[in-house]
Amino acid sequence: MSNEFVKLFELIIAASLINNFVFTRFLGLCIFFGVTKRMETAVGMSITFTSVMMISAALSWLIFNHVMVPLGITFLKIIVFIGIVAGFVQASDTIMRKISPSLYHKLGIYLALISTNCIILAVPLLNAGEHYSFLESLAFAFGSGIGFALALIIMASIREKLELADVPGPFKGLPIAFIVTGLIALAFTGFSGLIKL
Amino acid sequence: MVDMHSTLSDVLGIMQLSDIFHFLVPYAGVGGGVEAREQVDFMPLLKFTLLFLTGIATIFGLGLAFAAKKFSVKIDPRVEQVTDVLAHAHCGACGYAGCEQYAEAVVGNPDVPPTLCTPGGGRTAEAVARITGKKAEFKEPIFARVMCQGGWNKSRKKFAYEGVQDCRAAILAGGGDKACRYGCVGYGTCSRVCPFGAITMTGDHLPYIDIKKCTGCRKCEAACPTKIIEVLPASKQVLVSCHSKDKGADTRNNCETGCIACGICVKVCPFDAPSIENNLSKINLDRCRVCGLCVAKCPTKAIRDFIPQRSKASIKDHCTGCQICSKVCPVNAPSGELNQLHTIDREKCIGCGICTARCPVQAIDGTFNAAAVFAATAKKKPLAA
Repeated sequence: MSNEFVKLFELIIAASLINNFVFTRFLGLCIFFGVTKRMETAVGMSITFTSVMMISAALSWLIFNHVMVPLGITFLKIIVFIGIVAGFVQASDTIMRKISPSLYHKLGIYLALISTNCIILAVPLLNAGEHYSFLESLAFAFGSGIGFALALIIMASIREKLELADVPGPFKGLPIAFIVTGLIALAFTGFSGLIKL
Repeated sequence: MVDMHSTLSDVLGIMQLSDIFHFLVPYAGVGGGVEAREQVDFMPLLKFTLLFLTGIATIFGLGLAFAAKKFSVKIDPRVEQVTDVLAHAHCGACGYAGCEQYAEAVVGNPDVPPTLCTPGGGRTAEAVARITGKKAEFKEPIFARVMCQGGWNKSRKKFAYEGVQDCRAAILAGGGDKACRYGCVGYGTCSRVCPFGAITMTGDHLPYIDIKKCTGCRKCEAACPTKIIEVLPASKQVLVSCHSKDKGADTRNNCETGCIACGICVKVCPFDAPSIENNLSKINLDRCRVCGLCVAKCPTKAIRDFIPQRSKASIKDHCTGCQICSKVCPVNAPSGELNQLHTIDREKCIGCGICTARCPVQAIDGTFNAAAVFAATAKKKPLAA
């Protein structure tokens, strides 16, 4: 039992720090650069992203292991996972608008961005490829979400400071943001070897 | 699953298709999740694929349709119309968080006026009023005015500042590097916060405001650490462009164009608009008629005329020769005999517009206020008649 918990904890650490989606796999950069201009949007995006990630990973796991594997049509997983995420995001958008308008005003704008994000697609695909159990899938999705949130918040706080820095003309804006991302990625390689799976 | 398989085979078996297609092809997919197989049955694969995709599409379609129906939110269509006509600057000049919030408020709450969208201007106010059925009152445009003319070449510095190039940061270092602590710091914070790109920094490190782009959203006013930017009505174009409350001698020492509170403007003004308080002249905007006499007399050029070039007065043919203009003129430009057509000496005229405003028959044209004066009398006349 304890061994299982250790495994789950390791998965979370591995997904958030060692194999951070932004800094080691370089996925989801579009949203990453889009919402990190201000801390407020970065935090909103992080919360929405992590919750959507976990729910869509759970849904995808159920459909993959209980429908697609028995039918032998696992090669369809990319299309199906995209469909599942988009459908779920659309449904939650509609439902949230009715049930909690205040939450919708805060986080609604991020939902549409998320539905086509590549991390959201990568997590169910990796879950399927690695034969994770249901709990492990959830842990992996949670770790990925935390990792993405960490990346967004680190980057937003740096970019808010960067506004005031005297950046050479050609590097203003996105170029310096890319350079900073590269530097943080270098720092994140320090986490490799933290645990052995 | 086995049941489903056999049922499907039965259904398709009637058509005897399965026999035709029942051959083995190399497995096409990537092997994630299942053990990779060398060969695969093409027919069942096709069947399950079609069945599965149709099934999942149907489920999602029905689910979404159900959700849309069950959780539908009634939105006043006018909110969307109002949102469309707003400026979409999300500047917050209206006092709401963003354009959508203002649109909701103006549609839902009868007390919210339709004229609050400053960047949108008159046209937006009209459109919002039309959609919401409210009355739009004319609102004079407002512009940001920089109340400091002491650029880096005209003012003295206390020390050399080499920190972050931002006014808000510079002010933390001993109140800024300028000797005058009331003036423009000159690191361009306002030009960076302006959502409309209306502010540029001049070579002398003073903000220049392009009034064609300025919408009066007050973002720069809020960002400026020395509060040197004031947002004022467009028609008030003569302003004391200095905030220095230092004693006259200190101000003169710090800056070439600071207000030294000499009081000449108070003496020269025909309307008693300026007054000296705390070593600083302040023009009462309700009294000021923008004549510009104080601008010409100010010894340090601290009073600024925002009318770039004042056009001179000229007398029209229906002058009755009442001589009022020659009495009110501060520079004695008009001349002429009683009941004769008057003339104005264009050399002497400074374009203050006082005579235009006072002429009983509106016979003086050409000054900056002529159009406004004529419009005002044209409005009054039908009422009187």
